[in-house]
Amino acid sequence: MSARDGIMRRLRAGLEGSQPRPDEFDATLVTRTWRYDSTEARVERLTRLLEAVHTEVHRTTQGDWPQRLYEQLRTRGIPNLLFAPETPHGSQLSKAWEVNGSEIHLTPWDGPIEEWKETLFNDVSASLTGSVGGIAATGTLAIWPDRHEPRLMSLVPPLHIALLKASTIADNLYDLMQTQDWASGMPTNLLLVSGPSKTADIEQVLAYGAHGPKELITLILEDA
Amino acid sequence: MTQSIPVTNLDGDFKTRARHALDDAQLRNNFRTAMDGLMHKREQAFSDPQEREDLRDLGNRIRARALSQLPDLLDQLEQRLTANGVRVHWAETTEEANEIVHRLIEAQEGRQVVKGKSMVSEEMELNDYLAERDIECLESDLGEYTVQLDHEKPSHIIMPAIHKNARQVARLFQEKLGGELSDDIHELVGTGRQILRQKFMEADVGVSGVNFAVAETGTLVLVENEGNGRMSTTVPPVHIAVTGIEKVVANLRDVVPLLSLLTRSALGQPITTYINMISGPRKDDERDGPREVHLVLLDNGRSRAFADAQLRQTLNCIRCGACMNHCPVYTRVGGHTYGEVYPGPIGKILTPHLVGLDRVPDHPSASSLCGACGDVCPVKIPIPELLQRLREENVRHPEDSEAAVAGAGSRYSNREQLIWRGWQWLNTHPRIYRLFLWGVTRLRRLQPARLRPWTDYRSAPTPAARSLHEQARNHMRSKS
Ligand code: SF4
Repeated sequence: MSARDGIMRRLRAGLEGSQPRPDEFDATLVTRTWRYDSTEARVERLTRLLEAVHTEVHRTTQGDWPQRLYEQLRTRGIPNLLFAPETPHGSQLSKAWEVNGSEIHLTPWDGPIEEWKETLFNDVSASLTGSVGGIAATGTLAIWPDRHEPRLMSLVPPLHIALLKASTIADNLYDLMQTQDWASGMPTNLLLVSGPSKTADIEQVLAYGAHGPKELITLILEDA
Repeated sequence: MTQSIPVTNLDGDFKTRARHALDDAQLRNNFRTAMDGLMHKREQAFSDPQEREDLRDLGNRIRARALSQLPDLLDQLEQRLTANGVRVHWAETTEEANEIVHRLIEAQEGRQVVKGKSMVSEEMELNDYLAERDIECLESDLGEYTVQLDHEKPSHIIMPAIHKNARQVARLFQEKLGGELSDDIHELVGTGRQILRQKFMEADVGVSGVNFAVAETGTLVLVENEGNGRMSTTVPPVHIAVTGIEKVVANLRDVVPLLSLLTRSALGQPITTYINMISGPRKDDERDGPREVHLVLLDNGRSRAFADAQLRQTLNCIRCGACMNHCPVYTRVGGHTYGEVYPGPIGKILTPHLVGLDRVPDHPSASSLCGACGDVCPVKIPIPELLQRLREENVRHPEDSEAAVAGAGSRYSNREQLIWRGWQWLNTHPRIYRLFLWGVTRLRRLQPARLRPWTDYRSAPTPAARSLHEQARNHMRSKS
């Protein structure tokens, strides 16, 4: 008998004569404590929680963000930025920077990861990605990688910048996954990100920049 | 300061190890400080007691519902994962699970493996298994990495290196990795980061655990702060997840309350930095992510615990560690005293099913039954009740075919049975009982001063001059 059959047989025997328990999921228990009455309130809560975990949050607009981003990167002395040219925000960025004569090198993701792992790990200083939504309750960004914006863009570079449209911030995780109907088609990898990577494994002292980004910047597009 | 004793390496039984741990002032201080901090953080994260209790109740229902249809959910999970391109493997024993993982690594001709935090892989002793076969399996969670460097085992399921303080970690890093001695925690983290990022890049295979496996969508949910889990599951060309068969939940929305309970109970965080939801390997047009994803489902005694409706509740556990953080015994003796992978209250109720009760006969009684563990458990496992049940299993007749736990009956004693039978007889024969009471109260001065082991730490009980029965009778008489 295969391991599978053996395990299943024992589990089924253990349940003999019993019924599956009814589904008594009560959504109010995961939502009613986490309600905010306006976009402004959601933005405020999300900002406060993200800032509490060492994240910089800037409020900007659909038209202005490339310039704001440029200023942020310049003050940090960032030489290059990984971006996804095929995305709407990627193309907006390259156009805006080109016009202004940018001194920051824009790097596109270059082929399958195997071919440029070393560069990604060693030479990329920062990356820009979009997000599909935010969660006010926990101060969280939902990132949905795809072929244009691969999974590691939000993980490997030491500085990660994420765009977040204010209108996509949900009150809580339950609302976000229900309104976007995640269950009907999950991507290969879906990420909830709440701050730069951190650890408290040594004496419970919080240290940022464990394995992933040391810094996270969130640009909230208030008019989007 | 007493020198720290590596408790893991101590032979002997629970009591011997406990005695050593209790004598180690540094160790006790490290645990006390950490547990106080974790308890405080949890309390703050659940500032509304009503919300907390409602959520615990929901968490309990979700886990109980999942277990009430476990085989069907496992079926569904397997189907969905397979449809998503993930390969599912089943293992009855840790040996089988190790063989599966080894075979998968060999198929890649892999030599370097990075591993995200996984308690099931600790159960399997996967690192040692692979090392014996010339495959390096490196822990990438900073705590686990520290513990592995020192050839130790984790002493806490969430905070593996909690038994060490910064100075001890600093000395370890200097000794094993070279460089300057620095007990600045940020520098230590930086050192770990530098070494491990190189390893992520080089690794042939990444191994991880799973926090929740969602049957509805075929999704593996991983919860972490460091990003090492994401690295291990995304950078190497092959990802192998290992988990126990009980980790499945019915649907994605069930994960919502469980996540909140987990991160708040474990660390007092509203959410961890990363919730990593993996539903498949890299698609043809995608440019990163592993080309192969495997899930190994391990039984290792779980289906036997499952067969008993009371003991089944053990499998509700979401491994938050709150029970150990709040355990007065764990805080004093530390994680290594338990001598097994899972320490603390959860270890005491789970380990007997994994390794047999006869290997850990002291586990069920290493508890004052104060009830703190059951009170904080986010999925409401009645831990004290299960400990009492295991105490009963411990003293069953070894040939009793009803035994629900492997290795039951190792503490069966004819003498004890005889004493209890005598006691029962005495209590069911009123005249003789009264005579006995009369004798005990009149001869109370003859009670020996030393009654070991009771009197090792307590004064000997002296019977009262008159029994309660007698006093009541006299009282009633004087009233009438
Ligand atoms: S038994 Fe409960 S408190 Fe302990 S680790 Fe499991 S879920 Fe957490």
